[in-house]
Amino acid sequence: MQFPTTFFGWVGFLIDQYGGMFLRGTGVTLLIALSGTVLGFLIGLLVAIARTIEPAPRASAVKKALIKLLKGILAVYIEVFRGTPMMVQAMVIYYGAMQYLGLDMPQMLAAVLIVSVNTGAYMAEIIRGGIISVDKGQVEAARSIGMTHWQTMSAIVLPQAVPNIMPSIGNEFVVNIKDSSVLNVISVSELFFMSKSAAGTYYKYFEVFFITALIYLVLTFSITRLLRLLERKMDGDSSYTICGSQSDSRSVIHVPVEKEEA
Amino acid sequence: MAEAIIEVSHLEKRFGDHLVLRDVNFTANKGEVTCIIGSSGSGKSTLLRCINLLETPTSGVIRYRGEDIQSGVIAPGEFHSKVGMVFQSFNLFANLTVLENCVIGQMKVLHRSRKESEENARKYLDRVGMLPYQKARPAQISGGQKQRVAIARALAIDPEVLLFDEPTSALDPEMVGEVLGTMKSLAQSGLTMLVVTHEMAFARDVSNRVVFMDSGVIVEDAPPAELFTHPKHPRTREFLSRFMQG
Repeated sequence: MQFPTTFFGWVGFLIDQYGGMFLRGTGVTLLIALSGTVLGFLIGLLVAIARTIEPAPRASAVKKALIKLLKGILAVYIEVFRGTPMMVQAMVIYYGAMQYLGLDMPQMLAAVLIVSVNTGAYMAEIIRGGIISVDKGQVEAARSIGMTHWQTMSAIVLPQAVPNIMPSIGNEFVVNIKDSSVLNVISVSELFFMSKSAAGTYYKYFEVFFITALIYLVLTFSITRLLRLLERKMDGDSSYTICGSQSDSRSVIHVPVEKEEA
Repeated sequence: MAEAIIEVSHLEKRFGDHLVLRDVNFTANKGEVTCIIGSSGSGKSTLLRCINLLETPTSGVIRYRGEDIQSGVIAPGEFHSKVGMVFQSFNLFANLTVLENCVIGQMKVLHRSRKESEENARKYLDRVGMLPYQKARPAQISGGQKQRVAIARALAIDPEVLLFDEPTSALDPEMVGEVLGTMKSLAQSGLTMLVVTHEMAFARDVSNRVVFMDSGVIVEDAPPAELFTHPKHPRTREFLSRFMQG
């Protein structure tokens, strides 16, 4: 068998030989990053909302204690998962579940679980920041017409907070695409793991990881652009219509609104 | 004949070491317009916020139709649907259109259908002259318009009492008139109103009673004709003379 002699020759050869592996690895990476980010966002939402609950001043002592306990547990969760590397979390959770719970998790499940729980801790703080950024008057107005804490959060505060934190959420997604590579320590067949296997055969680490780097870059670059588009969409309509003026009830005035450039 | 709807007795409120309200006693009667005047920092807004459960009193009792509002006998949601509030900074829901601002409380709190809520919302928007703007977002309308929408939003849940916390203080002088006009027509309709304001002309012409507050206490509580022409307390005279000089 004739081996290539140049760098690009090797790159071409490796793509030809391992194209399928690269593709499968990319798919797995994307799947883990996407589901991890979405689930992490949902976890973050719940945690952030729970952390904003204030018991009524005259609530029973038991209720107050329970809320305090819940908040304490959530604070510990955030500290632990933000304060340890995801690679270590992967080892602890995967092997811990296996040795002490007798749970042999499929790698994919373990991967999504670890990324979600890890992302959830970051998201909780991002969303908390978003909630704080919404004017307090909005909450007071909602309360003054009788809305509950949950109604206020879901209908008023979060719809304003989430567009504000879209850049940070996108950031988490990009981070997850890259950082899911640490899951190779529990043999998840994501892009980094697949690349390592491919590189090992011909001992061509530089060439293989050159390709891998390019794939990661294309992924993160295109996703950043997509998210930018989504942010624009979330800014909503740029115009509104006034139906009927004081002089003529049938008139329709269309008012375009100047929009800030993103 | 005066039926008490809100009774405040021995209300005290501290923020840390700072005593904001001291032994405040007063009653708002059904169908009356009560204006609370006084210089900034005299505790007017805090009193209103205590009545609306936005602040927790340090001590004292606030009763709505004879029930202690802090006791939990009346659920906060139910209480708030009876006692509405209009804020100095409007606080329209920024993510909703003008119409939705007036619909959301009816649907979520009173569990009305969307159709009924919208019809009702349009009725009140029309009353405050904001119906043409029902599709606009709060960021797209002026301050005076926002405040009129905020009034419609409060009215849409059919409150018995409406609290106004300096409703015109954040407005251009040009827009004050439109909001006061709306409030005047509400007063004529027999709604019970409690208005914290610096608009002396409004207090004099529209209210049934004027309460003057100074450093956390109620100094004088009298019908406007009496309070504005023959203030009993020297502090009231001083405040009014400074205001009348403009």
